[in-house]
Amino acid sequence: MKRESLLAALGTLALVACAWAVPWLKFILTIALAKGIAVLGILLLLRAGQVSFGHSMFLALGAYTVAFLAPMESEAVLLLPAAALVAAGFGLVIGLFLVRYRDIFFGMLNLAFAMVLYSLLEKLYSLTKGTDGIRVAALSFAGTEPERGTQEWIVFGIALGLAILFGLLVRFYLASPMGRALAGIKTRETRLEFMGVPARRVLLFAYVLSALMGGVGGALIAMTTRHVTPQIAYWTSSGELVFIAILGGAGSALGPFLGSVAFELVRVYAAAAVAEAWQMILGAVLLLVILFAPGGVWGLLSRRWRA
Amino acid sequence: MSEVLLSAKGLRLAFGGVKAADGIDLDVRHGEFLAIIGPNGAGKTTFINMTTGYLRPQAGRIEFDGKPILGLSPRAIVRRGIGRSFQLPQLFSEHTVLENAALAIAARRGIWSPLTPLLRPRWRDEAMDLLDRFGLRAVAESRADALNEGARKLADIAMAVALEPSLLLMDEPTSGVAAAEKMVIVETLVRVLRSTGVTAVFVEHDMDVVARFADRVAVWSQGRIAALGPPGEVLADPKVRREVIGIAADA
Repeated sequence: MKRESLLAALGTLALVACAWAVPWLKFILTIALAKGIAVLGILLLLRAGQVSFGHSMFLALGAYTVAFLAPMESEAVLLLPAAALVAAGFGLVIGLFLVRYRDIFFGMLNLAFAMVLYSLLEKLYSLTKGTDGIRVAALSFAGTEPERGTQEWIVFGIALGLAILFGLLVRFYLASPMGRALAGIKTRETRLEFMGVPARRVLLFAYVLSALMGGVGGALIAMTTRHVTPQIAYWTSSGELVFIAILGGAGSALGPFLGSVAFELVRVYAAAAVAEAWQMILGAVLLLVILFAPGGVWGLLSRRWRA
Repeated sequence: MSEVLLSAKGLRLAFGGVKAADGIDLDVRHGEFLAIIGPNGAGKTTFINMTTGYLRPQAGRIEFDGKPILGLSPRAIVRRGIGRSFQLPQLFSEHTVLENAALAIAARRGIWSPLTPLLRPRWRDEAMDLLDRFGLRAVAESRADALNEGARKLADIAMAVALEPSLLLMDEPTSGVAAAEKMVIVETLVRVLRSTGVTAVFVEHDMDVVARFADRVAVWSQGRIAALGPPGEVLADPKVRREVIGIAADA
């Protein structure tokens, strides 16, 4: 645990140092942190043995909430919780239905909901401006409207702070009776029922929490990119989140952030090096992880510590 | 308080043409250890599954502590005070034995605390105490899937006992356990269960175990109760010896 905390502290310092030393990386790292927060939600579901192939719908809900509300309310401190609440509320409504299913049905039903949302965002042009997307209006931060460079640092700082907050929250949650019962769904759901524990309610709580974190991730992406399109709800976007979860490893709350930073950096440098084949490089990385490091980046690090 | 804790009347359940319960009438008395014996496929586990809400009989009624429980979910039945263990131990295989025990304690005390650890000092102590009573302290930190079959059986029953049931149904608590271990396990079980005052119903194939620990024996045959009474009487019945135990009447 000490080593995990140390790694988290070193990782935080490294991110700040990178963002300071290479200013253009700040954008990439903010997106990585935002996605990492969303992937924490995937990690929760993986602990229950479930995979959501449609989790980007919550990113989209968070991002579009910011895009829709920003012209009326520019305060980022209010927009973030609003996006989280919208995503969590939607997660609760569909979660009541989804937690009745397991395995491939759970995964594909999530995908189905995400694709319905994608279609709505794409087709309801008068509301969403279709594939053109919505430009996010100017934001204020605690009543101030700083210039662009400062604003990037502020969003980066908020993303980093929320990443630490949600990382700790997930860590505590997974060690709690609810978190241990959640992991029990993966191995012995029947036993939970015969202990008087409602497995569906346990999974629903995790699902809503994962939706909330997806919403926060989406809101941060909207605040960073300042432009939101339906692409964020597309199935490839959901696949990316699962990719990051596998890459980072599900063994620790640090995994999603290790995975998302590695993913974004590999993507940026692979795209710069071989513009036509960066997806092939990402695919090869995933193959190597599955074959040689099934515990992801986190698994590699913790194995090294144990050795 | 009525002498009868669990009362089953006219239970019927068929799977296709196979009658797993064909008019089961059985009263389980407060504080007794009732053994259920019979050949495979006689409907012994089906009775446990019906009593715990896992299967719903096509006819009949079941009362627990004077109140009907038929139609209730397994969860609701557990909350009324009926616990069960399984023929194949249902442990959370990726958790340690201590976590398994603590989770069962949490299930009784309330699991809805997302930020306080499962292994908080009070629950850890309580779980350790439970494991101690079952002779499992030495394996408390082992993963549940690393245990031998005897320890898995005991841990499975310990989790059911952690719920503090007034009636405990155990499905073959000694099956798959090495002969040398069997009596040790049963003696541990009986000592713990007697100390808690729980009423126990257990399905068993080992007649030595039945003869030594049961207060009464119910003999299951083709979905019916063929005989019911004290072990000395039932196990001496030539028909039971021939048709159920598989020993010639003059042996």
